[in-house]
Amino acid sequence: MSKPIISIRNVTKRFGEVVAVDHVDLDIVENEFFALLGPSGCGKTTLLRMIAGFETPTEGEILIDDEDMAQTPPNLRPVNMVFQSYAVFPHMTVADNVAYGLRVTGTPQGEITPRVAEALEMVQLDRFGARKPDQLSGGQRQRVALARALVKRPRVLLMDEPLSALDAKLREQMQLELARLQQTVGITFIIVTHDQDEALSMADRIAVMESGLVRQVATPDRLYEHPSSRFVADFIGKVNLLDGRVTGARGKSVSIDVAGVGKVSLPFNAEAAGDVAVAVRPEKVRVSTAKPKGGAVAVNGEITDWAYYGDTSHMFVNTSDGLRLSVTVQNETRTTVDNVDLGDRIWLSWQPEDMLLLTE
Amino acid sequence: MAIRLSTLGSQGPIDYSRRLWLRTMVALTFLLLYTPIITLIIFSFNDSRRNVVWRGFTTKYYVKAWNNDSLIEAFTNSLTIAVISTVISTILGTMIALLLWRFRFPFKAAYEGFMALPIVIPEICMGVAMLAFFSRVGFPTGMPWPLNLSAITIAHIAFSFPFAAIVVRARMAGFNRELEEASRDLGASEWQTFWNVIFPYMKPGVIAGGLLAFTLSLDDFVITFFTSGPDTVTFPVKVYSMVRFSVTPEVNAASTVLVVITVVMTVLAMRLQAPDKTEAH
Repeated sequence: MSKPIISIRNVTKRFGEVVAVDHVDLDIVENEFFALLGPSGCGKTTLLRMIAGFETPTEGEILIDDEDMAQTPPNLRPVNMVFQSYAVFPHMTVADNVAYGLRVTGTPQGEITPRVAEALEMVQLDRFGARKPDQLSGGQRQRVALARALVKRPRVLLMDEPLSALDAKLREQMQLELARLQQTVGITFIIVTHDQDEALSMADRIAVMESGLVRQVATPDRLYEHPSSRFVADFIGKVNLLDGRVTGARGKSVSIDVAGVGKVSLPFNAEAAGDVAVAVRPEKVRVSTAKPKGGAVAVNGEITDWAYYGDTSHMFVNTSDGLRLSVTVQNETRTTVDNVDLGDRIWLSWQPEDMLLLTE
Repeated sequence: MAIRLSTLGSQGPIDYSRRLWLRTMVALTFLLLYTPIITLIIFSFNDSRRNVVWRGFTTKYYVKAWNNDSLIEAFTNSLTIAVISTVISTILGTMIALLLWRFRFPFKAAYEGFMALPIVIPEICMGVAMLAFFSRVGFPTGMPWPLNLSAITIAHIAFSFPFAAIVVRARMAGFNRELEEASRDLGASEWQTFWNVIFPYMKPGVIAGGLLAFTLSLDDFVITFFTSGPDTVTFPVKVYSMVRFSVTPEVNAASTVLVVITVVMTVLAMRLQAPDKTEAH
């Protein structure tokens, strides 16, 4: 991994009694698309605002390019931010908005004009330079905010919930566009979001936060397939969490008595004992009418709820042992949904290696 | 953010004009309010020394008022006081509004209340207090123009700055703080941010507050009466002394001019205070 551009060292932020950010350590490297993901109130925005310089850490330090930023005001930090409300200056034209950051720092006019044109072109707003913000749509205003930040050529671009105000179609389009933009300009992006799809689809690495703590930092696929805690497993995607008890370990596998399922043995490298949780993702579960053969873990149950999403369907199944499991079914044919009814008894099965042991 | 009601028709004020008794009330109110003023204006064109019977149209009393040196002097005094007190009270009021908008500090609510006190204190009390104050501190009198107006000017600033502060404060309540942060983030200093981002937003409020202060100062009688001396007569005080002899059309003409100035100022102030359509939300 290349060298860190931002080092967050043991940073804590308290607002009176409330601990918003709790002893966070993070290294964000060059050219990385980094996401701070968590439910609202988890401290992710506070952390971002500390990087930008709008909040001062109560403890710890933030280094940008190995330089402690404690005494550096926001206007002198080599980072720029896209605000949640976009904060486009309403009394200036689009071009003036983009030029603002260059103008106030005394960039010569001869340099401003081409750079503004280039930035507007980058966000496909080159024909909108003379417009006022109130003549733009929400998506276009966001592009102005983006161009305004990028024209400064920051070391790091910070984005606070950049897509939350856009409608679903536009959001999907902007996700791709932001990822493309990050590759083109080659600077570090840090994005704050509560939307896991956004984080998974765009980020190189994600830090999952919960009540001020960073619970896990990993690439999207590691985070999804190898969550380190119940919280992360539950927060990222959908999951069936089952209670279990370790009954023994042999070599690289442990055997667990899973409530409502029975004894299973699965690979695990670390120490595990006592009460644990076992996670199975709904899309890893197979549905069949007959009991599956082979080494799969199988339970029998009754379909109680059904949610239809077009491409997939979500089934909730209650077993006779009191488990409630969710299953994702691909609607592979146009008649897939016609073959299942509420109240049907079916078999659910999954491979032991698709189960994940969670000790936290 | 405005609360959206379920139907478009129920937004905004209720349509009252279909009720007869309400319409009558409105008409009567307008009649009572404006008949005296309209009479005043009409009789300023009356060709008669006594102001009772209409004897034909003339503008000679405007000319006469124009040639009345002491009236013009009083008018000049009034304008001078109004301009100086407007500038100072607008700056003061704006600074107070910014303080109240931007910062948290102990006893803020008490401070806010004290600041608005001159608005609610009866003018006569303000006037007596000013008179007592200026004589107690031995405020110099008999200075050359325009310094001889400074006592009145100070009194005017004292009662008009809270109005400016309140208008500016109301305007700032709708300001998106992220605009300020965006400006700082893009490299602007606090000073640059104030002039480039905060002030343009604040400007309509500042102008409206200033115009309000101007009209308040221009037509103030009570407080001015207590703080003016024989050689520092303002326009309202002068008109009052003229009326004590007789109500001539000359007084009407002078008053009409004051009414017109006040109305123009008020209309301008209201125009500038109207919601800004260029706000981005």
